[in-house]
Amino acid sequence: MYVAVKGGERAIENAHRLLAHKRRGDQRVAEVTLNQISEQLGLAVDRVMSEGSLYDRELAALAIKQARGDLIEAIFLVRAFRATLPRFGTSEPVDTGAMRLQRRVSATFKDIPGGQILGPTFDYTHRLLDPSLAEGFVPETPATAEASTAPTPRVTDILGRDGLIESSPQAEDGASVGDLTREPLNFPAERDLRLQNLARGDEGFLLAMGYSTQRGYGRNHPFVGEIRFGEVEVEFFAEDAGFAVPLGAIELTECQMVNQFKGSATEAPCFTRGYGLTFGQSERKTMSMALVDRALRARELGEEVRAPAQDEEFVMSHSDNVQATGFVEHLKLPHYVDFQSELGLLRKLRQEFAESNTPDAMKEAAE
Amino acid sequence: MTQHNNQQAQRKAAMAVLAHAEAGEIAARLRNLALESALPAHQDLRAPENGLVMLRGRVGGDGAPFNLGEATVSRAAVRLASGEVGFGYTLGRDGEKARLIALCDALVQSRDFGGLVERSVIAPLREQLMVKRKQAVAETAATKVDFYTMVRGEG
Repeated sequence: MYVAVKGGERAIENAHRLLAHKRRGDQRVAEVTLNQISEQLGLAVDRVMSEGSLYDRELAALAIKQARGDLIEAIFLVRAFRATLPRFGTSEPVDTGAMRLQRRVSATFKDIPGGQILGPTFDYTHRLLDPSLAEGFVPETPATAEASTAPTPRVTDILGRDGLIESSPQAEDGASVGDLTREPLNFPAERDLRLQNLARGDEGFLLAMGYSTQRGYGRNHPFVGEIRFGEVEVEFFAEDAGFAVPLGAIELTECQMVNQFKGSATEAPCFTRGYGLTFGQSERKTMSMALVDRALRARELGEEVRAPAQDEEFVMSHSDNVQATGFVEHLKLPHYVDFQSELGLLRKLRQEFAESNTPDAMKEAAE
Repeated sequence: MTQHNNQQAQRKAAMAVLAHAEAGEIAARLRNLALESALPAHQDLRAPENGLVMLRGRVGGDGAPFNLGEATVSRAAVRLASGEVGFGYTLGRDGEKARLIALCDALVQSRDFGGLVERSVIAPLREQLMVKRKQAVAETAATKVDFYTMVRGEG
């Protein structure tokens, strides 16, 4: 049965008007600017860029402002925006080995070439609320030191020299790279698609999945080989110019997880790896991604798939918070007709139940 | 061929600097240049246009490529009256910046303006970028851990 429902327009219009008013808050308080969000809530911007899968600080800041700080709503806005622009093409793969480091730590080797560089980190803070930040805080000028010119190779490259760790899988030149924004997801999915999915996946979901592997659901004995954060240059092969043109730089966080060995009768045992890479500074997300990437390699490494984090269909189908929020939140939209039919069915079932539970004697008496 | 490669390397090096500058900074440097020698006539070959580029990473940092996520990119093309065609590409959505980069790229290729644009636009912007990077590197270096061994007891 089709029932036309009208009359919501006015209410919707007024609801959005009220939302705009609430978003602005008390108008005696200064309006927050996009620069303020980008500069002072930078990690929120990073998260929205990562999970919105669009590197553009200003747009992410606008989305956060429009969404009243609801980051998943902001991610949704960014995803919707990206659909309005044409795609010029794909970049040359970025070289994280050439990153201008702002932070780089290893939990496996104390004395890595280039050193342990802490950078701007919450690590080792006491997690005590700081009342001095409430207003008018002026930070000290950062300390400076003579920079070393020593190279800062990836820790996995160092292990790789002795054959102690598996090398990264290579692809032939010109081999196609899976893109889940262009083709529907099919299983089993290869590592390129899995990494793309994880890179835009929900931080909370990946954190829980990664955590579950540590607690024994698909355990893979991880060590942080290295986490690095900094700027990498991006180049794009421009057909009109005829060469790869520099586009500028982006900030990335990379995590190299070193995991328990594999080996066989023909291959000496070596460490395995999980990989994480995200936009901006996002260690929790990048580490979680690396844990889950490793867990999802169970099939490839001949491990028994028993835990949710090892199940690529489970992980990849539930990692996207825009899809997830769409499906969960659609439940609050009008389902009047669906519900009417459910109600009708339930009444019929109850009637049948009542009839079949009426004692025969009573039926006879009634007759 | 070598000359062609040389010029390409030069154009790339100029673009690598310009992509890191702001539109206003490039425009200001071009105004300085114009004081020395009037800019040649030029026109938009492609009006500034915004779009997306899919950014790629590599598995493990050095393995097979995968799609990481997209970035906004603005692009434009400019032709000088003398025929040189310049291309401008930059992260972000600043079409004016893309147009200014394209203009500079065309000037870099011009016999009459190549040296001048390097001297009065690219070089000062490069210098500015290097100062900024050096400061960032020094601030980062101060957070490097110097391990030392605690000696306990009387040894």
